Amino acid sequence: MATTTENLSSPSIENNSDEEDEGGRAAFAAQKKHKMSPPSVGTVDRPSSIRRSSLLLSPEWDMERKSLRHLGDLDDDDQIRIAYFPNIPTIQDVATNEGDDDKPAVDVSAPRRSLFKTKTHATVSSDEEWSTASVTSDSLSDFDDNDDHTVTGIWQNVPEAPPDAILGIAAAYKACEHPQKVNICVGAYRDDNGNPYVLPTVRKAEYRLLEQNEVKEYLPIEGDRDFVYCAMKFAYGREMDIENHVAAVQSLSGTGACMLGGQFLAQFWGSDHPIYVPNPTWGNHIKIFKQCGLKVRKYRYYDRSKNALDFEGMLKDIKRAKDGSIILLHACAHNPTGCDPTMEQWKEIVSLISSKSHIAFFDSAYQGFATGNSEKDAQAFRYAVSQHVPILLAQSFAKNFGLYGERVGTLSIVCGDVVQKEHIMSELRSIIRPLYSSPPRHGSSIVKTILMDPALKEEYYQECAKMAIRIKKMRKKLEEALQVAGSIHDWSHITKQIGMFAYTGMDEAMCKQLTEEFSIFLTTNGRISMAGLNNTNLTYVANAIQTVTAGKTITA
Amino acid sequence: MILPSISRSVLRQHSKAAARYATNIHASRTMSTSSSPWSQFEMAPTDPIVGLNEIYNKDDFPSKVIVGVGAYRDDLGKPYVLPCVREAEQILMDKNLDMEYTGIAGEPKFVDLALKFVYGEDSVPIQENRVHGVQALSGTGGLRVFGELMAKHGHKHIYVPNPTWGNHIPIFTNSGLEVRKYRYYDAESSDLDFTNMMKDIKDIPKGSLILMHACAHNPTGMDPTMEQWKEMSETIKKQGLVPFFDCAYQGFASGDPVKDASSVRMFVEDGHLISMVQSFSKNFGLYGQRIGALSVVGADEDEAKRVVSQMKMVIRPMYSNPPRQGARIVTTILEDPRLTQDFLDQCRGMADRINLMRTLLQDKLAEAGSTKNWDHITKQIGMFAYSGLNKDQVMEMREKHHVYCTADGRISMAGVTSGNVDYIANAIHDVSK
Repeated sequence: MATTTENLSSPSIENNSDEEDEGGRAAFAAQKKHKMSPPSVGTVDRPSSIRRSSLLLSPEWDMERKSLRHLGDLDDDDQIRIAYFPNIPTIQDVATNEGDDDKPAVDVSAPRRSLFKTKTHATVSSDEEWSTASVTSDSLSDFDDNDDHTVTGIWQNVPEAPPDAILGIAAAYKACEHPQKVNICVGAYRDDNGNPYVLPTVRKAEYRLLEQNEVKEYLPIEGDRDFVYCAMKFAYGREMDIENHVAAVQSLSGTGACMLGGQFLAQFWGSDHPIYVPNPTWGNHIKIFKQCGLKVRKYRYYDRSKNALDFEGMLKDIKRAKDGSIILLHACAHNPTGCDPTMEQWKEIVSLISSKSHIAFFDSAYQGFATGNSEKDAQAFRYAVSQHVPILLAQSFAKNFGLYGERVGTLSIVCGDVVQKEHIMSELRSIIRPLYSSPPRHGSSIVKTILMDPALKEEYYQECAKMAIRIKKMRKKLEEALQVAGSIHDWSHITKQIGMFAYTGMDEAMCKQLTEEFSIFLTTNGRISMAGLNNTNLTYVANAIQTVTAGKTITA
Repeated sequence: MILPSISRSVLRQHSKAAARYATNIHASRTMSTSSSPWSQFEMAPTDPIVGLNEIYNKDDFPSKVIVGVGAYRDDLGKPYVLPCVREAEQILMDKNLDMEYTGIAGEPKFVDLALKFVYGEDSVPIQENRVHGVQALSGTGGLRVFGELMAKHGHKHIYVPNPTWGNHIPIFTNSGLEVRKYRYYDAESSDLDFTNMMKDIKDIPKGSLILMHACAHNPTGMDPTMEQWKEMSETIKKQGLVPFFDCAYQGFASGDPVKDASSVRMFVEDGHLISMVQSFSKNFGLYGQRIGALSVVGADEDEAKRVVSQMKMVIRPMYSNPPRQGARIVTTILEDPRLTQDFLDQCRGMADRINLMRTLLQDKLAEAGSTKNWDHITKQIGMFAYSGLNKDQVMEMREKHHVYCTADGRISMAGVTSGNVDYIANAIHDVSK
């Protein structure tokens, strides 16, 4: 996938290092020395000659297209025909005699290059940079009957990829044998006994699906339509005209939704429009959008000197961004800081975005989980919609429904009318189809079952609220426990922040000490997962934090 | 993922729209049609055959038949959930498992069982622990991760058979690979074009990726014989190509998963360091769960693991980690000998019914009075029959007889039942006589 180098001239635009990748960075830097030949990982040029639209205009495919109004159900994942791309060169087409370079045998969009000289065996012309081995007639002598039977060399230059930092910490926690070890690293809810929690309504829904003998057929490319409809009502509210104004597809949870949105924007809004993410943000955001080919830049968000929102800085940076930029916003319960704008501040942000003709890309991963109230947690993007700011919404059901592993989410784009909606849906389908054809059905069936049953829905809201309430309680208790432990720092940000995480303000050294001395596992940016705290480990953790922060500062 | 995948003129259009939007927004407080940033968008071309179902649904002819669907149907034309799958689901419910994230590479137990299922437990590289892989989003997902991975590591082309499953092409193109074809099927003789295939393979440059269908070639249903596979293996080794298998029908083709994996196992025995994508959509009937695997055979354990670590780098920014339920179902079955035997029986049952329909269809065509040679229907293997009907004939069959198949004349045998085989045979005969 393409990476682009961003303009680093502005002071607030930082190098997009992934803060959460710290563990792997050293290892990765070491790896970088060991280069793949030719291009090293992540810097390959894409063949710019491959242009989709010309390939899409094949006559057979046009014929099918005329008889189709819009995509129907995908019953058969084999149903795309080769009519899709009939002009792909065959071997015979590509092999040309010398001197035929200017007369392409096949009408492909790529400028033709002579890749073969038929006299000798395939020789690669000098402007082909890709060859991992130059192919000359000599090379054929590499393989004869005297060789051993393994074909070597295919993978030998592949370097080890850097490990995922967070998973590395989770693994370390697992391996640790300290009796009081605490995992406050991974962002998955835990009950007061420290156990994973499957919502009772989720279990009920699963049971119902089993009883109903649910089929296992393919979902349509855009996913389960009933599920998507429910999800949209859940997000935008009952009054929203989904049918005419929201193009929405089922996605692979939040990551998948961000990825689809990023793909869509890179292809159709133009990769010259950068996406601005808050500083800091969920580490994977940067990787996702870079992978889509977007320029990724940061706007100021969190003020480490005050452990609070840097509202002025945020507005300045959003204003400075060129018109039509994409602004990524966490709908609520900002990850990792837990620090959200107030409603008044949201209004100002939305107004600024509107005046700059920016696109607001909301990432909503905690609706209902942040305050305990699903309506309240949707206020930010609903307000943007009401102000007619064009938005994209990445929606995840991982946390609020506890469906982490089943990968349930949606990507939606609010648009002007139903014609635009249909067009956008068609583009989204064409992105999804060559990615994974259609989304997995189990998670969406569960969510749909719950949201379409009034009784189950009511129970669900209460279960979700309970999770949020327990976390709020833990915040309060942690602050109190820190005071009891004798800490004189201002820990009020812990109770002011919202959602799964608390951005404590501890630095890397303190975090390392917590892990090494006390077997408390967290990310080195001082972010702790509140869900990992419970009445059993609270005092232990508070005392440990007090120990490592005593006499030091927790503001930058 | 590839950026400049739309023409410059379209991009210019959108950039113009963006600029226009930027200047106009002050004028209007409402997001009307014209002030929306999406107003200049055009309809993307649709997936050519996906709409087949739509047309079929709109048709209210009472005896209409659709044989386009690539999902198995029983003899009543109903979707079929394997009983062993149902049982596995019940077992899982009783276990009360959590719904936590699985790793980026998916469930390790599943990957282990999936690889053993196709490579064979006694395969030398398996024994030497140098076959590793990841859970994938069925076949499509595995192919896309593989394409991205290879494009990232210096590959610019991939060679696929002509014809091949249509989605192969956009998958690899969007990964950043240029797709090229080698001859495979001779439409004239309705047979494998082996001589020309070997000619083309010999022209593929060293180090190139070559994709092969492990069994039950889609769409033609024509597979090489074991002797032909042998020759391909030798030539591919001589050419120094990188063999990559798409294995979507193991067990579903002949009814015997071991037999269906012979091509793959031969290549491994011959010393090729293959890579492979497996789908469990058809053989386990888990279409909607999106369950598959992507694997490599490394020269040694460390190498295979390094490649897997790179796969994870592709997966993380795409969807983080895969869905669990399908993996858990397959694991529950394959780790239990009785359930595995049930699965083998039920999978064979599906393959047997399809083969029966092939024979029946050929017989009925003769009965209908057709003098054409329909041997290819029973010669071909797997879900589909490449009938040889041309586009006009297919359209006539749709309009006149309300029998729906894909424009290239590919018939899904899974849609043929003892109830509709007469009707279908007569329709085919009528348009082809």
